[in-house]
Amino acid sequence: MEEIRDVVLEYVIEEYLEDEDEEINYETPLISGGIVDSFSMVSLKRFLEAQYKISIPDEKASPEAFDTVNSITALVKEFTS
Amino acid sequence: MSNIGSYEGRLKNFDWSIAEKELGYNKGEAINIGWYCSDRICEMGKAGKTALIWEGLGGVARQYTFDDIRVNSNKFGAFLRSLGLKNEDRVCLFMDKIPELYIGFLGVLKIGAIAQPLFSAFGDESLHVRLDNAETTAIITQRKHVSKVRRIIEKSPYLKHVIIVDHDGKKPLKDREMTFNMEEYEEPKDFEFFPTKAETPSVLHYTSGTTGQPKGVKHVHYSLISQYLTTKWVLDLLEDDIYWCTADPGWVTGTSYGIIGPWSMGITQCVMDVGFSAENWYKFIEKHKVTMWYSAPTAIRSLMKAGDEVVKKHNLSSLRHLASVGEPLNAEAVIWSEKVFGKPFLDTYWQTETGSIMLTNFPGMKIKPGSMGKAFPGITAAVVDTKTFKPIQEVGKIGLIAFKPGWPAMMRTYWNNETTYKSKFTNGWYLPGDRAYIDLDGYFWFVGRDDDVINTGGHLVSPFEVESALLEHEAVAESAVVAKPDEVNMEVVKAFVMLNAGYEADDMLELKIMNFIRKKLSPLAMPQEIEYVKTLPKTRSGKIMRRLLHAKEWGEEIGDTSTLEDDE
Repeated sequence: MEEIRDVVLEYVIEEYLEDEDEEINYETPLISGGIVDSFSMVSLKRFLEAQYKISIPDEKASPEAFDTVNSITALVKEFTS
Repeated sequence: MSNIGSYEGRLKNFDWSIAEKELGYNKGEAINIGWYCSDRICEMGKAGKTALIWEGLGGVARQYTFDDIRVNSNKFGAFLRSLGLKNEDRVCLFMDKIPELYIGFLGVLKIGAIAQPLFSAFGDESLHVRLDNAETTAIITQRKHVSKVRRIIEKSPYLKHVIIVDHDGKKPLKDREMTFNMEEYEEPKDFEFFPTKAETPSVLHYTSGTTGQPKGVKHVHYSLISQYLTTKWVLDLLEDDIYWCTADPGWVTGTSYGIIGPWSMGITQCVMDVGFSAENWYKFIEKHKVTMWYSAPTAIRSLMKAGDEVVKKHNLSSLRHLASVGEPLNAEAVIWSEKVFGKPFLDTYWQTETGSIMLTNFPGMKIKPGSMGKAFPGITAAVVDTKTFKPIQEVGKIGLIAFKPGWPAMMRTYWNNETTYKSKFTNGWYLPGDRAYIDLDGYFWFVGRDDDVINTGGHLVSPFEVESALLEHEAVAESAVVAKPDEVNMEVVKAFVMLNAGYEADDMLELKIMNFIRKKLSPLAMPQEIEYVKTLPKTRSGKIMRRLLHAKEWGEEIGDTSTLEDDE
């Protein structure tokens, strides 16, 4: 669990964070916070699927499920366990 | 009774002078949108009325009266003048939906400069080609976006000023960078707006076409006339309304109806600069008692997807009138909105080039879910034959949407591209590039685009632009980009990619290519799917046949390909 959320956090910082000074944590709102928009969410989903060799159904990939690193981690766990 | 009253009655003896009179404008006099949206409202005795209610992330909120808007836009104007900026200089506004964007827009217009708003999610390349084309002198931006400007500034010699509105002093400024703090800047005494005339350029919005680079659509200050009247008659705004236009001013809806329309009428509007979630949106409507809501089909379909239960958790009874723009609003969304909000979303049809609403469903009119409605008074609209370009008389026959030129908000040209501008007119009609038909009652029904441009979430994406960017990725040898159907966004970008030797077609490479386009162009332009192919269908002279790939994606008949193999 720890490992997944650190990987996701690092990926979000690397790929989506525009403001170099902004700091985010596991609970920072990503979608509702405007860090990841609905179009970019597709690439984040694709990353999770490629990284963890899982398939996340579209109906599970809601803005709410992708809103924080913690909620994303829980989603990944659902499909990896 | 709605503002428009009887639609049939308005059609008789319509003249745009109705708006001129209401705005107190006489032909030949100065007309400046910045002044009309702030100073004039104050002179009408509404200086203390709330103009903007703004909310950002984490509950941060700011509120401005019309007098605040007047004073702060004057500050912007004075600051820009102090840098030597003058009328017709291009000033880019590259910000999220923060108050400085809305107020700065008016400040730019007040000095007679041309406002060039750009969507803040644009990547480096998208930003650069647009600044380069307009030879933009100054860019107003935020700390969070300045890194993009830094990456292109060396190849942007005309860009003299990079103005950061929220610099906190923690990091040093670089060459050509400076700070402007709207709240702290001293109010200029005796600020005079530049006396722009009807045909003085006002706004430069960029839009994408099938071929070539994005085109800068040039509008003039006289556009106010139709933006004001369409806001009044279609959006039906009343003195005590709380209006929410969800569009970003990086796009034309966000300026025509997110700034100019409501503020020229002296209406209170609210803005939420927070990412989408159904819960947040409903909370916002409930909290601010929004009465008029202008949104987009993609957002409405996303709300539908979130379900009815979340709607029931909120008191949305303040909503009086709903409208939609950006792409065709499907019948299901109209019916759903009537079910859950008690009011249907009324579809409006227009585009960057038209500057204001052209076809629409009016308040009080019989609504046919899925239809774009009828022409705004003063607009001569038709569906013309694709070969003769004459209006089709036959009910239900599909042709091209066409408008007789001459309404006030119509674009005046494409920036530095008069040839393409002229190509938009045939047989005396302006052709927006969409196909439609007219039913027995005179309602227009959207059918589709007449070209390869992709309409994703209400924004146009050029397949050419994406294909060009894809070729810059080291793994890509050739590509073809088409629209793919999407439940929420209507269309999304799909790329067919041939790889260079030595690259393996796997998921991680697909992700890398997607992110490459997202950062270079924008999230909208990022292919949502990449299909690796060995070959691409081409004409005999090597032109990629996008139509074949498009037909495959949409499950359409491909038909006789022998003709397609010839150059068209």
